[in-house]
Amino acid sequence: MREERQLRRVPRPIYIKEAMIPIELPTEGATVALAASFARRALAGDVIALEGELGTGKTTFARAFIRARGKGDEEVPSPTFTLVQVYDESEPPIWHFDLYRLEEPEEAFELGIEEAFLDGISLIEWPERLGALLPRRRLLLRLFFGERRESRRAELAADPRWKERLEEIAAAL
Amino acid sequence: MAVIVLGIETSCDETAAAVVALEGSVPVVRSNLVRAQIALHEPYGGVVPEIAARAHLGLLDRLISRALAEAGVGLTEIDGIAAAAGPGLIGGLVVGTTMGKAIAWAARKPFLAVNHLEGHALSVRLTEGVPFPYLLLLVSGGHSQLLVCSAVGGYTRLGTTLDDAAGEAFDKTAKLLGLGYPGGPAIERAAREGDPRRFSLPRPMRGRPGCDFSFSGLKTAVREIVARRPNLGPRDVADLAAAIELAISDVLAERTGRAIRIFCERHPEGRALVAAGGVAANQRLRRRLSALAEDCGLDFVAPAPAICTDNAAMIAWAGIERLRLGFVDALDAAARPRWPLDTRSERKG
Repeated sequence: MREERQLRRVPRPIYIKEAMIPIELPTEGATVALAASFARRALAGDVIALEGELGTGKTTFARAFIRARGKGDEEVPSPTFTLVQVYDESEPPIWHFDLYRLEEPEEAFELGIEEAFLDGISLIEWPERLGALLPRRRLLLRLFFGERRESRRAELAADPRWKERLEEIAAAL
Repeated sequence: MAVIVLGIETSCDETAAAVVALEGSVPVVRSNLVRAQIALHEPYGGVVPEIAARAHLGLLDRLISRALAEAGVGLTEIDGIAAAAGPGLIGGLVVGTTMGKAIAWAARKPFLAVNHLEGHALSVRLTEGVPFPYLLLLVSGGHSQLLVCSAVGGYTRLGTTLDDAAGEAFDKTAKLLGLGYPGGPAIERAAREGDPRRFSLPRPMRGRPGCDFSFSGLKTAVREIVARRPNLGPRDVADLAAAIELAISDVLAERTGRAIRIFCERHPEGRALVAAGGVAANQRLRRRLSALAEDCGLDFVAPAPAICTDNAAMIAWAGIERLRLGFVDALDAAARPRWPLDTRSERKG
């Protein structure tokens, strides 16, 4: 029955046509470093959407992001089962969502997305599940498998709030 | 004189209610209902897990009424109401604990806020009467932990997963193979005819110090193999399923072996290795753990699947254990989405 429901059309977010910035991530360490550079510049209200197939490193990115803003040894379990984990020792709190199991975008209200979007930092795996509820003001990171086992590629798109911060990150990379 | 407790479980997908009685020194499960069982009798709601709190809300009162009726007790004969208060999804937890508190207040009975993980940890004392201390491997869709259980409320975590839970590793690799959900039973079925040695998969964390697990590397390895074979036949699926089952069992067994050595050193009087959680239903894993326990002179104990997977009987039982020790909670006890069993690891949550 679960399988049947997965076949149902998932509403796709409407993306404004925007330029995607390509990033090469030759190792897992590169993904971790990229996450840390975003983490250092993230602000309350930021929404970071992490797209990518199973195993491309969405949770790895989120874990590195959360650790870069915390003490560095935080336990960051995959939120697939619980759908959301809130790290409220961080300021502002970081909301780590995995919406894979969501069936209707509206179910996300039960997970506290309004509070998260308002004054938290949101890391969202499977943001496609949010449909039109995904804020337009968001940073989108799409992850792809690379040529080798440990390599990944990424594409990045962001709203203007990120412009200066992205220039800094690009300069540092 | 029996001690009777009503248990409520809404921490994740399952809506469950149960009545457990301690008659003298014998625990008896008077009723144990999960929503799926209700759906068999009524064309209502369906059996697909839903995350929405309103799904719990819409089912819980009828489920509780039925659990009480099946147990043949009314609220006046109940000695306490136990509800899973965490860890889990906040919406479901609030529904379950609020319902529990309301009943406790209306019936003037004690309320017990039970940690869902403690429910799993103590379930083996309900079904098998295992004495403290024992070593617990708790493996489910949401949790993978090794715990020393030395008393009610006395748990020391030896290891946990650094990324995916064991059940999640089954679910995600099953998806890559195009098998059904939940992944554990699907992989186990497909693996029966498979050759576990044809494909070699990594054994994350093997040989590393400590007792922590890691499973996320497995799905990448499986994906690579699947990507190289566009026409994945039944033979390939069976062999891969067998390799996955073996790899997960290997990792769990190796980590548990390390934990057994620590446990036996600290608790020479300890007698049992216990497995709980949905993944503990896997037969290959059970055989491995059983052999491992035997090598170390421990008994291997695993509750029946109905008590291994999420259920309310284990919550009611944990309630009885806590009630007997006077661990009663106030009606303002909060639901806790993150609630580690071992308070010393609380910082890391």
